[in-house]
Amino acid sequence: MFVAKDLAPLVPELFVAVSAMVLLLYGVFAKGNPTRTVVWASVLVLVVALVLVWQVPAGRQAVLSGMFVTDSFTAVMKSLVLIGSAVSLVLSVGFIRQEEMERFEFPVLLLLATVGMMMMVSANDLISLYVGLELQSLALYVVAAFRRDSERSTEAGLKYFVLGALSSGMLLYGASLIYGFAGSTNFTDLAKLFAGGHGHVSVGLVVGIVFLAAGLAFKVSAVPFHMWTPDVYEGAPTAVTAFFASAPKVAAMALFVRAIISPFGALVAEWQQIIILLAGASMLLGAFAAIWQKNIKRLMAYSSIGHVGFALVGLAAGTSEGVRGVVVYMAVYLAMTLGTFACILAMRQKNGLVEGIDDLAGLARTQPGMAFALAVFMFSLAGVPPLAGFFGKFYVFMAAINAKLYVLSVIGVLSSVVGAFYYLRIVKIMYFDAPGEPFLHPMPRELGVVAAVASLFTLLFVVFPMPILNGAAMAAKALFP
Amino acid sequence: MGVSWPVLSLVTFLPLVGVALILMTPSGSPTAARSIRWIALWTTLVTFVVSLVLWIRFDTGTADFQFVEKAAWLGGNINYHMGVDGISMLFVILTTFLMPLCILASWQAIDTRVREYMIAFLVMETLMIGVFCALDLVLFYLFFEAGLIPMFLIIGVWGGKRRIYATFKFFLYTLLGSVLMLLALLYMYFQAGTSDIPTLMNAKFDPSAQKWLWLAFAASFAVKVPMWPVHTWLPDAHVEAPTAGSVILAGVLLKMGGYGFLRFSIPMFPDASLYFTPLIYTLSVVAIIYASLVALMQEDMKKLIAYSSVAHMGFVTIGAFTMNQQGIQGSIFQMLSHGVVSGALFLCVGVVYDRLHTREIARYGGLASNMPKYAVVFLLFTMANVGLPGTSGFVGEMLILVGAFQSNTWVALLATTGVILSAAYALWLYRKVIFGSLTKEDLKALLDLSPREKLIFAPLVVATLVMGVWPTPFFNVMDASVQALIKNHQAAIAAGRAVAALAH
Repeated sequence: MFVAKDLAPLVPELFVAVSAMVLLLYGVFAKGNPTRTVVWASVLVLVVALVLVWQVPAGRQAVLSGMFVTDSFTAVMKSLVLIGSAVSLVLSVGFIRQEEMERFEFPVLLLLATVGMMMMVSANDLISLYVGLELQSLALYVVAAFRRDSERSTEAGLKYFVLGALSSGMLLYGASLIYGFAGSTNFTDLAKLFAGGHGHVSVGLVVGIVFLAAGLAFKVSAVPFHMWTPDVYEGAPTAVTAFFASAPKVAAMALFVRAIISPFGALVAEWQQIIILLAGASMLLGAFAAIWQKNIKRLMAYSSIGHVGFALVGLAAGTSEGVRGVVVYMAVYLAMTLGTFACILAMRQKNGLVEGIDDLAGLARTQPGMAFALAVFMFSLAGVPPLAGFFGKFYVFMAAINAKLYVLSVIGVLSSVVGAFYYLRIVKIMYFDAPGEPFLHPMPRELGVVAAVASLFTLLFVVFPMPILNGAAMAAKALFP
Repeated sequence: MGVSWPVLSLVTFLPLVGVALILMTPSGSPTAARSIRWIALWTTLVTFVVSLVLWIRFDTGTADFQFVEKAAWLGGNINYHMGVDGISMLFVILTTFLMPLCILASWQAIDTRVREYMIAFLVMETLMIGVFCALDLVLFYLFFEAGLIPMFLIIGVWGGKRRIYATFKFFLYTLLGSVLMLLALLYMYFQAGTSDIPTLMNAKFDPSAQKWLWLAFAASFAVKVPMWPVHTWLPDAHVEAPTAGSVILAGVLLKMGGYGFLRFSIPMFPDASLYFTPLIYTLSVVAIIYASLVALMQEDMKKLIAYSSVAHMGFVTIGAFTMNQQGIQGSIFQMLSHGVVSGALFLCVGVVYDRLHTREIARYGGLASNMPKYAVVFLLFTMANVGLPGTSGFVGEMLILVGAFQSNTWVALLATTGVILSAAYALWLYRKVIFGSLTKEDLKALLDLSPREKLIFAPLVVATLVMGVWPTPFFNVMDASVQALIKNHQAAIAAGRAVAALAH
């Protein structure tokens, strides 16, 4: 039975979905080019949704026949997703105008993708998980190829679509196996089935979990399902790449955590090795493959693969602490990534945007503010204390050590040293090399604001860590009733 | 002893106030660089004066931590916990003492990007003081690691020709060493339920786990000290760093390794420390002899001093692991003395480098005739480096050798050859640069020490002589803490033996 009370937890999603459709209609009927209005209206919608997320009834609420849940985990992760989407939209304002992508469908598609992500975060059933994931993915395929006349953009969209469809297939196949061998698709029912480790675990179920994990690994771009990431990051318009690297990563990671912990939390022994493998391989590949990159977007793609590996270390621990580590990591990662992309989007020379790492040469002398912000992000991504990135790593390794995952931890810290090399290389190019052709300054205002706020967050996390840590601990507790 | 205001935090974070002032100084105007230099100098001077409060109000009668401050930070028993004892307090003073001299030494040598340079140095000072004051492992790690960032920039931006290679090597080597320490400290956090250093000193970890923890910590400290064979970053970093950067590297950063052994490895892992003492002895003796021989072969003045640092730090690690009063006190004293002397030697090199822009030994000779004052100063520090009685170098080395003799005669014997070798390379360097006839045309034009340079060397000369003639105040400070360290260590070893005897 559908009653209004049941809808209360759904209000934020409904609000964003309805707003997206209203803005779509407005875009169609408005005179002139309404893109600017629609973009800022979309940002407003996301901000309102952020408030609404914290207005839903507290505690765990399961609605739509248990398909959709809200708890403190969803509240925290949705907040991150909404912040990521909103900031990405702000970052894209100047970009879509200058790159002739100024069409009102762009913000609307991002809104729809965001609805999908919120569904993913709240999914409590393999079916609603899939629906949310596809809603998100379809919107993302389109925005990846948004610049129709660019060969690279189209290629990125197509590549993403084909590989994404493959992974969705794997995920569905895994879901069907799980349903077949366990008799339910609902996370709560599955959790009850395995509670206390008494339920019989058949081979078919394990195969199902493996396929599910593979599909999810594709979405977070963990090795060995990462191949699409560098090409899509490089090919997609930069503002879209900024979006890809932020909100969907957080949502996919939240989904991964919930889909593994919530139904299969009691079966740690069955899935832990898979996650360990994904995490270890991602950290190593992210560290080594990025060394030779010359394009900064491609570099960020490999960097994101590495960071997903680090976040997965927390999941591999399979404990409440581990999930707290993942949440802290994703929050910090979000800030660093958005800040970095704000700087990348400001890399504009006479002949348009540039993406080469060498184009940053001597930035510390031509634009000290931007160079400083980017250096902060690079040191933070490398995990050097006292910057925020260190604390992300600190908490996932803390969980891993407590779960006795010593080998994985050693691999992790060693690959972080290798990774430090290429982050330092960017600092070196900005600070040690002689200036090349300068960028057109000043940095556009909205990019400057985002970079400044993100670098302040990264710098000051060490002084005021408690809000994020408490929020993450609260979120993690929700997954371990 | 009641302290009404948080003097340790004040000393630690005062340099950041200077950073804020520098940031507020308008840039671009020709006088800006001048005022930035003055701000940096005053900041470091004020910090030094405030840090002297620590020494004046230090209670030498107790081994407990003093000037303790505690505040909630990361939750879960990870706190902002600061304090000093007899082992760490003098390192704080050493740091604040060297910093104004570094600023003065860069007064004219640095004329590009002065603002960034001074900011990097002041941030560096905060982080170095923090390392010696932190009483929480996580906080310690934070300061310890964060120091890499400003040093990376100092070497990379204001360094010599191969600065990029050197600074990457420095950063990655040190990072590689310390990430394993991070894992070890997380493990300890779970075993003991806290990262509080005083608590962890009494935590009594399982002896088999101790070995792994000890190795993880040693990996970090050995790179920092640096011990043979992980010393190779040091000559490169020293050669390429600007003069003041070398002073900080040799004067303070290397001491963090020795301090780490004394603060963590020995009290927290007593069984493992005993187990690994032969390893430390072996590596240290190799370092002393090998680095001294390598120093004999150098053509670059800074490289020679860098290798001599490796050799002298070998003495420090031997002393730390003798586990007796003389050895450990000698080790701490040698670190302080080496901080002053090697810093002064790098400044001596800086004096001629600023004039001729080369550090090649063969390019010099006969400076005694036109730079007599410089020759005297250089001679004093050369002698202190050799360990001539009456200079600070003698006291530390002597005590370490006495301590080592009680612990292991062979180690003492082999280490003593290092003293002889150090005389060989140091005197050789001095003869090549200062004596001989003044034949090279460009050398004849060199001027003797300027007033600014005299001002830099004066406190160092005084410190070297005072420490050599009257070291008692220093030993008074360390005495109680070192005694407590040895007593706890012996108690832990005895307890371990008793347990082992029961098991049989």
